[in-house]
Amino acid sequence: MSTFVDNDTKVVVQGITGGEGKFHTQQMIEYGTNVVAGAVPGKGGQEVEGVPVYDTVDEAVKEEDANASVVFVPPAFAGDAIFEALDTDLDLVVAITEGIPTQDMAKVNKRLSEVDTRLLGPNCPGIITPGEAKLGILPGNIFEAGNVGLVSRSGTLTYQVVSNLTERGIGQTTAIGIGGDPIIGTSFVDALDAFENDDETDAVVMCGEIGGEDEEQAARFIAENMDTPVAGFIAGRTAPPGKRMGHAGAIVSGSGTGTAESKVNALNDAGVPVGDTPEEVADAIEDFL
Amino acid sequence: MKLHEYQAKNIFADAGIPVPESQLAGSVEEVVEAVGKIGFPAAIKAQVHVGGRGKAGGIAIVSDADEAREEADRILGMDLKGYTVNEVLVEAGVDFVDEYYVGITMDRGAGKPVAMVSTKGGVNIEEVAEEDPDAIAQEHIDPAFGLHPYQARKAVYGAGVPKEYAREVSGILSTLYELYVENDAADIEINPVMITSDDDVIAADAVMNIDEDALFRQPKLAEMEKDSYQDDLERKAGEYGFDYVRLSGNVGIIGNGAGLVMTTLDLVDYYGGKPANFLDIGGGAKASRVANALDMVFSDENVDSVVFNIFGGITRGDEVAKGINEALESFDEIPKPVVVRLAGTNAKEGMEILNTDLVQVEGTLEEAVQRAVKNASEVEQ
Repeated sequence: MSTFVDNDTKVVVQGITGGEGKFHTQQMIEYGTNVVAGAVPGKGGQEVEGVPVYDTVDEAVKEEDANASVVFVPPAFAGDAIFEALDTDLDLVVAITEGIPTQDMAKVNKRLSEVDTRLLGPNCPGIITPGEAKLGILPGNIFEAGNVGLVSRSGTLTYQVVSNLTERGIGQTTAIGIGGDPIIGTSFVDALDAFENDDETDAVVMCGEIGGEDEEQAARFIAENMDTPVAGFIAGRTAPPGKRMGHAGAIVSGSGTGTAESKVNALNDAGVPVGDTPEEVADAIEDFL
Repeated sequence: MKLHEYQAKNIFADAGIPVPESQLAGSVEEVVEAVGKIGFPAAIKAQVHVGGRGKAGGIAIVSDADEAREEADRILGMDLKGYTVNEVLVEAGVDFVDEYYVGITMDRGAGKPVAMVSTKGGVNIEEVAEEDPDAIAQEHIDPAFGLHPYQARKAVYGAGVPKEYAREVSGILSTLYELYVENDAADIEINPVMITSDDDVIAADAVMNIDEDALFRQPKLAEMEKDSYQDDLERKAGEYGFDYVRLSGNVGIIGNGAGLVMTTLDLVDYYGGKPANFLDIGGGAKASRVANALDMVFSDENVDSVVFNIFGGITRGDEVAKGINEALESFDEIPKPVVVRLAGTNAKEGMEILNTDLVQVEGTLEEAVQRAVKNASEVEQ
């Protein structure tokens, strides 16, 4: 089994005619993802990488039966693009775009509470079920099918940890990038819950970072609800308070909430080993298996 | 992005929130001229992006021209927690009987804005939140509807603001929310709102932080960004479009992706070194961008050694290698030793291109960081 995406996922790419949209559509198709349509206002009737383009997501869903979308739309228009996707009753929307204004995401967040669609991101690398499908920009070649689930707020840190696992012959069920923004659609808890209910996932890696309290919530969830063992990593231990470390969400507030120390302690209290280095995370997973 | 107090106050005043009469001054003479116009007592307030200015000596209350001259001379040019004071706000002193807090921020956990009111104003509100959370009345705001007037009243009454001021304070809170939305603020607050001895309500301070991701649609505020840099390096990073944070150590760090760059900083610290900076070149960087990143880190005089760590997803190893070669081949002598680790997309092609006479190459993140830390410690000795 896999989490959120598999062979049956039919993808519409929003922003398919842009540079990144085009490149990653080609990459996704090459990986085996079933990309059935693109959606770009004014570009309906064109083809990109053999994929038909429609003016609206609604048309793409009606004509090609898409059930998921990947959003490569620039930040100024991405909030609107996510609304458009949410209004077509898709199962999953993956928002890759970085730099969407937070107040736009607050509105999206409100809409999310009214629909059944799952939003992943924004500002995330996407999701991959190795050997089946990838939605997003993750480099497919570093992944291998296996029995470890991975959830992370950061793209490149995900690649680092995955390569540490794959080099040891440890494959992955699904890797989920939840995104580095302050307001995101899918939380650690949502992903951990899905992994706990997946029979093929025998262990989980959770890569968190400074800012917010999602990791602390995840720690409580793990302690109360999970039998599957989890190993953790927290980035940003040396980050000074009040400075945004790249990700809009990666900031320790002046009052000291969102620190790495608080997150590491919460995870340790929940019985989750937290690696000092990515290698140590792989060590912990190897011990679990 | 932080606005200065005077910038925020101008925005507040334009929206009808009462603020004290004030004037911006950049020299002692300008301060003396300003107090002459405004009268005494007057406050001289350093315009720098740090909290707790008063405690750190950045605010003075003066009662005559001589005192104004003396304090202006002291504050202008002083170093306030690492920031040089270039401008002060000269403001009419307020004779107050009470101080409140009003503010709006984004509650990340709830995914919606929250309005806050407290009668414990004039002190660090984060400390109040920790020690006496009940002293802050909170109302979450549905962004689709905005702050309902009843919510503003509920927060004001809930905080225990006396009835005679409730109408005005809730009006200020509603205006703050309008400004929060109009300006794409991340935080907006007045601490304190003062009740004067004449029963007037006035905003004595003003804090406004803007969501950097929304600056593309806030052209006036984006203009102010150039005043918000701490030093020349941050200004340079802004021009290059890098996510950059300067730290106090001597190991320069360049990488791609926030989480991995943070991890590289953490590993430098873990292996006994001190990170000099956070620099994320972002996804899909081309050679010129890579060269700019090296230029940035080399121009930090604290840096003794550099680690360049790339795990390519959309960033391609061959582009990175080209950029590193380009940057380093322009030097007769490499200014600081550079350790490079390339992994992911086109890493193999990158390794073939990379001029290994100019850099040290390591295969893993851990090895690269340890080597850079060692290089830095050798320079120290």
